[in-house]
Amino acid sequence: MNAIIPINQIVEAGCATQPILKERGQREVFCGLTGIIWMHRKIQDAFFLVVGSRTCAHLIQSAAGVMIFAEPRFATAIIDDRDLAGLADANAELDKVVQQLLDRRPDIKLLFLVGSCPSEVIKLDLHRAAGRLDKQYGPNVRILNYSGSGIETTFTQGEDACLAAMVPELPGVSPDTQKSLMVVGCLPDIVEDQFKRIFQELGLDQVQFFPPRNSKSLPKVGPNTKYVLAQPFLGDTARALEARGATYLPALFPFGIEGTTDWLWSAAQEFGITKEHFDRVTLPKRERAKHALEKHQAVLRDKNIFFFPDSQLEIPLARFLHEECGMQLTEIGTPYLHKNHLAKELTRLPHEVLISEGQDVEKQLDRVKATNPNLIVCGLGLANPLEAQGMTTKWAIELVFSPIHGYDQAADLAELFARPLRRKQKLQFNVEELCN
Amino acid sequence: MQLTLWTYEGPPHVGAMRIATAMQNLHYVLHAPQGDTYADLLFTMIERLPKRPPVTYTTFQARDLGGDTAQIFKNAAKEAYDRFTPQAMIVGASCTAELIQDDPGGLSKALNLPIPVIPLELPSYQKKENWGAAETFYQIVRSLASINNQLTQTEHVAKRKAELAAGRKPRCNVLGATALGFRHRDDVKEISKLLEELGIEINVLAPLHASPVDITSLANADFNVILYPEIAHSAAAWLSRTFGQANTKVIPIGVNATIEFIKEVCALAGIDSQAKLKKMQSNAAWYARSVDSTYLTGKRVFIFGDATHVIASAKMATEEFGFEVVGMGTYSREFAREVREAAKNYGLEAIISDDYLTIEQKVTELSPELVLGTQMERHIAKRLGIPCAVISAPVHVQDFPSRYSPQMGFEGANVMFDTWIAPLMMGLEEHLLTMFREDFEFHQDAPASHLGRSGGVIKNELPAYYELDEKPSENIEAIKNPSEKSSNSNAIWTEDALKELGKIPFFVRGKARKNTEKFAVEQGMQEITLETLYDAKAYYSK
Repeated sequence: MNAIIPINQIVEAGCATQPILKERGQREVFCGLTGIIWMHRKIQDAFFLVVGSRTCAHLIQSAAGVMIFAEPRFATAIIDDRDLAGLADANAELDKVVQQLLDRRPDIKLLFLVGSCPSEVIKLDLHRAAGRLDKQYGPNVRILNYSGSGIETTFTQGEDACLAAMVPELPGVSPDTQKSLMVVGCLPDIVEDQFKRIFQELGLDQVQFFPPRNSKSLPKVGPNTKYVLAQPFLGDTARALEARGATYLPALFPFGIEGTTDWLWSAAQEFGITKEHFDRVTLPKRERAKHALEKHQAVLRDKNIFFFPDSQLEIPLARFLHEECGMQLTEIGTPYLHKNHLAKELTRLPHEVLISEGQDVEKQLDRVKATNPNLIVCGLGLANPLEAQGMTTKWAIELVFSPIHGYDQAADLAELFARPLRRKQKLQFNVEELCN
Repeated sequence: MQLTLWTYEGPPHVGAMRIATAMQNLHYVLHAPQGDTYADLLFTMIERLPKRPPVTYTTFQARDLGGDTAQIFKNAAKEAYDRFTPQAMIVGASCTAELIQDDPGGLSKALNLPIPVIPLELPSYQKKENWGAAETFYQIVRSLASINNQLTQTEHVAKRKAELAAGRKPRCNVLGATALGFRHRDDVKEISKLLEELGIEINVLAPLHASPVDITSLANADFNVILYPEIAHSAAAWLSRTFGQANTKVIPIGVNATIEFIKEVCALAGIDSQAKLKKMQSNAAWYARSVDSTYLTGKRVFIFGDATHVIASAKMATEEFGFEVVGMGTYSREFAREVREAAKNYGLEAIISDDYLTIEQKVTELSPELVLGTQMERHIAKRLGIPCAVISAPVHVQDFPSRYSPQMGFEGANVMFDTWIAPLMMGLEEHLLTMFREDFEFHQDAPASHLGRSGGVIKNELPAYYELDEKPSENIEAIKNPSEKSSNSNAIWTEDALKELGKIPFFVRGKARKNTEKFAVEQGMQEITLETLYDAKAYYSK
């Protein structure tokens, strides 16, 4: 199963047809549970209870435990031998744990029961458990379920699963209400506020953001809801919204000037805003972003970049770095390629670039060594070991933890990639004489 | 199921990874789902290692479960051997793979690789990280040290005696240091240096820096130095049975313990320790005796962590700092007996628990002035506003420092003196706070000023004493014993008694409050007045 099976797929993407390398083998990626690390900050009255093993608890605290929490907002119900013996028992145990948790934290308004590999493998039905507990504790505390297991989800797909679980909870609106816009995907607060202001200037007041900052202010959805995706990893959420009657507005993702313009325009167009007015609002912002970008373009131009798969942000980011920063693309790895949502992005990539879906990490490392790129985007499990071999890396996880969307973050986004290169130039240790 | 906010240990396969990563030329093939590679980050980020851990994960996904996951494992093991050509391999399963029961041991035997392949049975739903590390090390030692071992235990002992008589220097193995161990890097340096000064050679240092080939020569040492019983205990017992090697019992953490340790290894090596000790000195021993440290006398301290560090810290806190240990415990169930024994010395009952909530409740009840614990106790201490220093794993990136910072030996004692004292309020500041409590800058709720955070203005207009009622602690109470009434007495505090309580410095206020309430209950009082407060103070100072 570790053999490379190159499948020359024809991607329907207007003018672009790129072969996609599909690989299977050892994957050096996070599971969907890691989504909890940023989701718990976005939805402040939510609590994430993982039902899993000690491994799951260990993963989350290894990531988030460097911060000291007076009040944690996530926990693990650790399955033990007794639970493996019989399912009925496991449900009673879960009830007990939830009771214990809600006693300790009466301020929780939304509780997610998060599935894991062990809970999926033993077929513990958390969906039903959530329904049962929701009846018991609702409407004060809503209890929902999604899976963040590694066997089903990769890193950012945890957010997708979480949002998809919330979609059925969104209040409905009747078909005769006014058309409204929904922005879907977890955004940093500052970016959300910027987008809100731009939409207002364009004349769009009816903009809702999903997820909300608080579980009590859920956006409404119905047949007249048009939605744009702020993140490329939201396949299931999009499907769930379609099931509620919402319509997807295809666009580039709002990274860099081009991406943000296309993304805003796709919404503006739908709501009958004229090109003229659109330009009047966005041109000054585009100009400002262009000036801010210049400094980083100088560092990035003509540098080769290699993406290991991590978050599904790879393709839109590669497009931005190529188009707006002049970088050369060697390989773009992505854990999963959603052809529909990325259709527009793919048309903007150069023909010769290798796109790989999935991973066989050892073979991918061989390709890195063979192509010797100037900058490697990879996870923290690989970053330091590659640096120690003299390569320059940009750790990918930071891209999920930084404000990178929109005009005013275009330069910040470029800077994230320019920084390791600039640092390489800045540091001047004379350590040749040491035994390093 | 156990509600776990924070876990003190990872799963057992992380312990196995710690052994594999510590060693050279050993590879670990781990049957595990996609995502379990997060564990690489423990080594590359938290410990900042410049190499990937020598671990190949099968990273199966849901779509593989319908197919042949056993074949996936075999391919991964074969490819790992071809690519890395290690001297030996360990194979095992993570918690999810344990559920699908593919038998990595049997599968790798079928591959017929030309190296020793050691199967690991690590029950993920019963055991934890340190047990996994100890078991892995034991299995490796047992498999590899037996190779070419033709002699009986008695013959081994006789052979080594003859060599020593012929003038060979005494030799020991130093066992227990792993990757991701709390200060293992510098402890090993410190103890190696110490052994060298004593004239004792190190035969094999393991698992850290050892290769499988090194493990095969463990038998050549005269005795074993055990630095971390949590890791090396079972391997050392086997070495003692098989090769007749004695091992050290004293863990050299603290000035006194280091002196005891020197005496112990010298006895094992047949060296006169008196002359050696005369040449050594300790800063920490003087610092603790200097008058600046007088205010540390009787400070109430709570200690939690792994067994080794807790036992050592309690001894240090008492004998070398003059603290009063008011609570101690461990999450190392395997060493519960040793910790219980140690706790008896201080008139305490040890807390043996891996349940974070239990520890949190205990610290709340005891209101110590200092918590010595793990990264997890930092969360508790933050919540309760108590100074805290870290003495044991689990730790995070800040406790893998760049500078030399052992815990063991005389330098270790120096490091610990600085570390434990730093979070406490300095003497002068403490005095002035007791005298003048309404200062706009230096006030009750401001953190110690030498820690750099300005306390700023009091959070709200309410006087501090209205905030004494710690709601969360009562909640924990309710969680733990829903049937039991909260320990708070029914006696009502009068306004002026509360005000007076507010004048007591915050780091001892919790204790004063509890003592007064306990006193009121015992005396059958309905009301706590100013006088009750001072009656209780006199009563408890006896």
